[in-house]
Amino acid sequence: MKASDPLIVLASHFALLSLFAIGGANAAIPEMYRIAVQLEGWLTDQQFSDLFAIAQVTPGPNVIITTLIGYQVAGITGALVATAAMVGPTCIATYFITKVWDRFRDAPLRIAIQLGLVPVSIGLLAASAWIMALTTDSTWIAAGITVVSASVGYFSRLNPLWVFAIAAIMGAIGLI
Amino acid sequence: MHDTPHDPTQTKRPDLPLLELFLGFAKISVTGFGMILPWARRLIVEDKKWLTADEFNETYSLAQFLPGPNVVNMSVVFGSRMRGPAGAAVALLGLIGPPALIATALSALYAIYGDVDVLRRILTGIAAAAIGLMIAVIVKMAEPLLRKLLAPAPLVLIATFLTVGVARWPLVSTLLVLAPASIALAFWWQRR
Repeated sequence: MKASDPLIVLASHFALLSLFAIGGANAAIPEMYRIAVQLEGWLTDQQFSDLFAIAQVTPGPNVIITTLIGYQVAGITGALVATAAMVGPTCIATYFITKVWDRFRDAPLRIAIQLGLVPVSIGLLAASAWIMALTTDSTWIAAGITVVSASVGYFSRLNPLWVFAIAAIMGAIGLI
Repeated sequence: MHDTPHDPTQTKRPDLPLLELFLGFAKISVTGFGMILPWARRLIVEDKKWLTADEFNETYSLAQFLPGPNVVNMSVVFGSRMRGPAGAAVALLGLIGPPALIATALSALYAIYGDVDVLRRILTGIAAAAIGLMIAVIVKMAEPLLRKLLAPAPLVLIATFLTVGVARWPLVSTLLVLAPASIALAFWWQRR
């Protein structure tokens, strides 16, 4: 099938992606990057990195990055279609799986599914961080900000908004 | 595994008004910057007392295992347990609606001002910091797995990272191989 309507392309990409985003929207970033930058050419490297930053400072779930990508592709309709495609299928699946899940709480296969998917989801998050670091950290200062905020995030319980504020100021005064 | 003495299906509360459910999740979404989970827990367990701490962990562990955005899944699991399909829809709308509006407004601004140099540099700074915070979370999540060097989990983690992150293989076909393989390994490892 060769669909050229960007809305249909958006919807089919994100609907499929939502079912494979094990570990949340951030785990799906490698695939979003592959689709939006490499496959469809909707965004440049820089734009993808910018949208990632906007998604981080927007309150709410990280899935909002799909709203931002959708808007860049096809305006407000694109934003709505991409968001609905990313949350729709998985929410319907969740609704039904919840009922089955409770019945098989102690089944060995259910436990194996849960144990088996945990390392996959963490591996996907690591892949996301790797790809975003390659896209964003093009200067030594930007790479330094990543390293420092990783240490702050690991060793302290500082509110992330402070880390974002300091990094934004460093950008604003031209250090990056 | 989260062993809870509660049967989670018993948490159904037909008396919980749908409007309160919507406003609760809307509040979680607009106050939750970055990691939304701590805010969800604060409202559901501490403020509203809709769930006990154990029930919350159990609900979240189910949402986490499912594909798709975790907290979004959790709103569906929680809403449907409280008030059935209507509850699921209302909780989901509360969680997604307000941030989607904010994000759309920000996108419109970005479409106009995206080329302004200062804004670009500010966003680059924020993205660089966000990646750092993400790395911190990943390390914390991976630690308990990496301690067990002989178990299959660390190998699966590294294989996923290398195939999807470094080699940039397409997600869907890669996971169709990796996920069942990992589940089979976990099953075998438990049986051993």
